[in-house]
Amino acid sequence: MSPILTARDLTKTYGVQPALRGIDLDLHEGEIVAVRGRSGCGKSTLLHCLSGILAPDSGEVRFRGDRIDDTAEPYRSELRRTQFGVLLQHGHLISELTSAENVALPLMLGGGSRRAAMAAADTWLARLGVAEAAEQIPGRLSGGQLQRVALARAMVTQPVVLFADEPTGALDSLAGELVMKLLTRVAREQGTAVVVVTHDATVAAYAERELVLRDGEVDPTGLGVAIGVPA
Amino acid sequence: MTASYVLLGLLARGPRHGYELKHAYDQRLPRAKPLAFGQVYSTLGRLERDGLVTQAGQDQAGGPERTAFAITDDGRAALETWLGEIEAPAPYVSATLLSKVVVALLVADPARATAYLSAQQQAHTSRMRELTRLKSEQDLTVGDLIAVDYALTHLDADLRWLQTALHRVADLHREVQS
Repeated sequence: MSPILTARDLTKTYGVQPALRGIDLDLHEGEIVAVRGRSGCGKSTLLHCLSGILAPDSGEVRFRGDRIDDTAEPYRSELRRTQFGVLLQHGHLISELTSAENVALPLMLGGGSRRAAMAAADTWLARLGVAEAAEQIPGRLSGGQLQRVALARAMVTQPVVLFADEPTGALDSLAGELVMKLLTRVAREQGTAVVVVTHDATVAAYAERELVLRDGEVDPTGLGVAIGVPA
Repeated sequence: MTASYVLLGLLARGPRHGYELKHAYDQRLPRAKPLAFGQVYSTLGRLERDGLVTQAGQDQAGGPERTAFAITDDGRAALETWLGEIEAPAPYVSATLLSKVVVALLVADPARATAYLSAQQQAHTSRMRELTRLKSEQDLTVGDLIAVDYALTHLDADLRWLQTALHRVADLHREVQS
């Protein structure tokens, strides 16, 4: 089966500082891959290049065989709204909207009716165990509830790929465990592929495999650091 | 010996025979070091000799005759004392993993040390994945979940320590070379 998302020889430099140096990645349908590495190793830059938020300096990103890295921003934005879901560390919900409105928003932006979008939002909130939060604004929710609402918003469009950047970074261990259990369960049920960036081995353990980066490159040893032997 | 107190703890909820105790032990501490049937009976023998358990009748429900055991007042007192004693945090670090990593970094050449540490990290990661899958996909009892958490948290601690050690060595090299 051919991969759903591929990256070939991706490079990205900020000023003179290289962030990515020749990254290759194949992501298959329904697969869960963790990206790990020390702070500043290029994890988030890779996620942004794969999801079309950033354009790499060279190399290519293909989604279902078609290049996306050299397409115009409106096309990539459309792709992020319809084919990709994004879950960030702090949820980034809109504070003035209720949870249900936040979850319904991507569908309404895509031209769906408010009624249908709100019904889908309710379904997803219930599926993730936060039905009681539907009418609450984000400021009234716990960290764990916020992330489940954010997960509902990321999944409501039934994305082909979900990009998660430190999704449990702000949560205690049991709330984080619940978010990761739900994330992997719904991704598997929907056949959604997941790229999860994390520094946490207990989060990476939910993935089927992991890609460890070191100074912007894939580290085949998985250690994330080049070792010498002390004198 | 910990197994004695676990058996006393299991008997605190009512008399049981050895076969039941073995199954209760496996159920409550599923990720602990296994306790063999022979060990259950020899432990019960010691506990009886010390007056901490007593025989409480025979049970022959369609199978071989089995002796049930009950905890005594002295047994309850011993259990209370054990539960009240604080476990001293280990005064010395004695894990084989520590020795191997230190020796690998001191003795081996960088390529061999990297190969060993990489394989060790992969073994830890793969075990963490197995345990996480178990936790996510099966309906586990609270006792089982607590035991899985214990194993996962310790593996995670090993990995964090390994990463920190590697970064320290890498930083040291950078300093020496600059």
